[in-house]
Amino acid sequence: MKPVIQIQDVCKTYFMGENKVDALKNVSMDFCEGEFWALLGPSGSGKSTLLNMMGCLDSPTSGTCLIDGIDVSTMNDNQLSDLRLSRLGFIFQSFNLIQQLTVAENITLPLFYQGWTEKESQERAIELASLVELEHRTDHLPKELSGGQQQRVAIARALANNPSIILADEPTGALDTKTGDQIMALLTDLNKQGITIIMVTHEPEVADFASHKLHMRDGIIEKIERPECAIKL
Amino acid sequence: MRHQAIVKTIQLGLRSLWLHKLRSCLTMLGLIFGVGSVVTMLAVGEGASQQAIDKIRKLGATNIIISTEVPKAKQKGRIRMKIFGLTNKDFESIAQTCDRVRHLIPARIINTQSMSKNRLKDIRLIGTKANYFQLIDQPLLTGRTLLDFDLEQRAQVCVISEKIARELLNNSHTIGQEILLKDQYFKVVGIIQSAEQTDQNSFTQPTDVIIPISTMKTLFGDSAIENKGGSTTWEKVELHKIYAQTYSTEDVEQTAKAIETIIEDNHPDKDFNISVPLALLKQTMETRRMFNIVLGAIAGISLLVGGIGIMNIMLANVTERVREIGIRRAIGAKKIHIVGQFLIETVVLSVLGGLIGILCGISLPAIITYFTEMPTLITSGSIILAFGISASIGILFGLYPAYRAASLDPIKALRNE
Repeated sequence: MKPVIQIQDVCKTYFMGENKVDALKNVSMDFCEGEFWALLGPSGSGKSTLLNMMGCLDSPTSGTCLIDGIDVSTMNDNQLSDLRLSRLGFIFQSFNLIQQLTVAENITLPLFYQGWTEKESQERAIELASLVELEHRTDHLPKELSGGQQQRVAIARALANNPSIILADEPTGALDTKTGDQIMALLTDLNKQGITIIMVTHEPEVADFASHKLHMRDGIIEKIERPECAIKL
Repeated sequence: MRHQAIVKTIQLGLRSLWLHKLRSCLTMLGLIFGVGSVVTMLAVGEGASQQAIDKIRKLGATNIIISTEVPKAKQKGRIRMKIFGLTNKDFESIAQTCDRVRHLIPARIINTQSMSKNRLKDIRLIGTKANYFQLIDQPLLTGRTLLDFDLEQRAQVCVISEKIARELLNNSHTIGQEILLKDQYFKVVGIIQSAEQTDQNSFTQPTDVIIPISTMKTLFGDSAIENKGGSTTWEKVELHKIYAQTYSTEDVEQTAKAIETIIEDNHPDKDFNISVPLALLKQTMETRRMFNIVLGAIAGISLLVGGIGIMNIMLANVTERVREIGIRRAIGAKKIHIVGQFLIETVVLSVLGGLIGILCGISLPAIITYFTEMPTLITSGSIILAFGISASIGILFGLYPAYRAASLDPIKALRNE
């Protein structure tokens, strides 16, 4: 399998007031095409920092992060934006829908930045909304939807630009178990269609939906579980 | 950004303003007042200066008016007999020397009373020559004006204004009747349109009665006897006014100077005054320009305040929507997209405020004119100016909040609750 994201000897240090925090300590890891990863670990273990780095939202203090073999540290702000726009899809714990936009507008937000015409986006919005079974709610505002529905809108938005990688930060964290399971089923489906998914979670039951698991603690990789074997580090 | 994206952003901007109706309205108020007052003040200023310019233009841009003045030395004191003023000699000298003068018209003016059919009326008797009618802007309504023939014959004929005709001739606008001027009968040969009542110093008056200057001299002489407080003064004035009309406006200044030089020597007392409407016009234009600069400065300050208000609200808006900015950036919006979004929202806000301000600025002058009869004039220039200013305020004061929004760190923005 071809690696899509390669993390090589990455350190991330930031300061919270006076305190120096080592969020990542010399982490190296390859994520391959079509894999479904769950990043597990207690809060402060560095899993979210790692996810943000892979999403080109954060840059490493040292080491390199390659996406499709390209070092992201060599890219400028505009190129990073373009990379996010064309290759990545984000799903957040708190859905992060824009409240004053309708469901359809939220879904087509990436297309707006890609310069799609109004008509093309409309068609795509309906297509994506029916994929997450919300085609009857396209004119509603996010606050009129339930949590599960909002998260489905967020997934539809993440899919709008046909990303090859979806980065999910605790996608079920704000949902009840039943709704969470529906969301996870949806993600599993997408993974089967070939989309690489990297998901942060701290719930083992949610992590069980993933094919691969990465356990982190104190900024280092503690354990990697692959389907065929479990490698203990 | 493409055209379609801009339209969409404007739509979204309007929606986000609608979401905070009260806040948007209050923010716009500053600009509404600013732009409204700019348009109103310009309209009032323009109206006032137009009125002044019209008045001066009535005096004629190619005219030079030389008037007799009571010399300072003779105003006070015990001298009972006063001889002063412009003379026929002055008139002749000007006529011979100045070649750029098209019409040179002498005038004697006597304030007196007229009587016809037992009606008494205050009038202003003007003794002048036939070409006086080429100087004034009062068309002949019926009959004829004075002719050179009348002057030669010292005919007892007069041309009266329509107002006098109405009041003295018992509403019958017919020529050929006789009226009593001072103590002599004159035949009415023509009726001209009444001059507008402006002020005492106006060139023409509604009560003007025009007779040949030769007749006036023969019948009434050069002198006026006045009884005041028991003492009698005796004034001798040959000519009260000399009107000189030049061929073009370029000749006016030079001719006025020449005239002054010519008659100065005959009048050591400085008992005359030369007034040039063109110079007044120029001066009025200059005053108006100064007025506009002051106006502009005041308007600028009020608009600055409005602009700062907008910037303040937009900064609050950015702070409030940090999370939205983070989401947009995570999805793949570039900094320029965020700048564009907030800039367009600010411009929408300011242009909307500007448009409402312009509406206020158009209706206010109408109300002012209705209640105070002050003339106002709205020029398309002032509206374009006001609109341009409000749009530029949006851009100018929107830049910083938009820049602030774009330079937010996406991760921190996303974490913002």
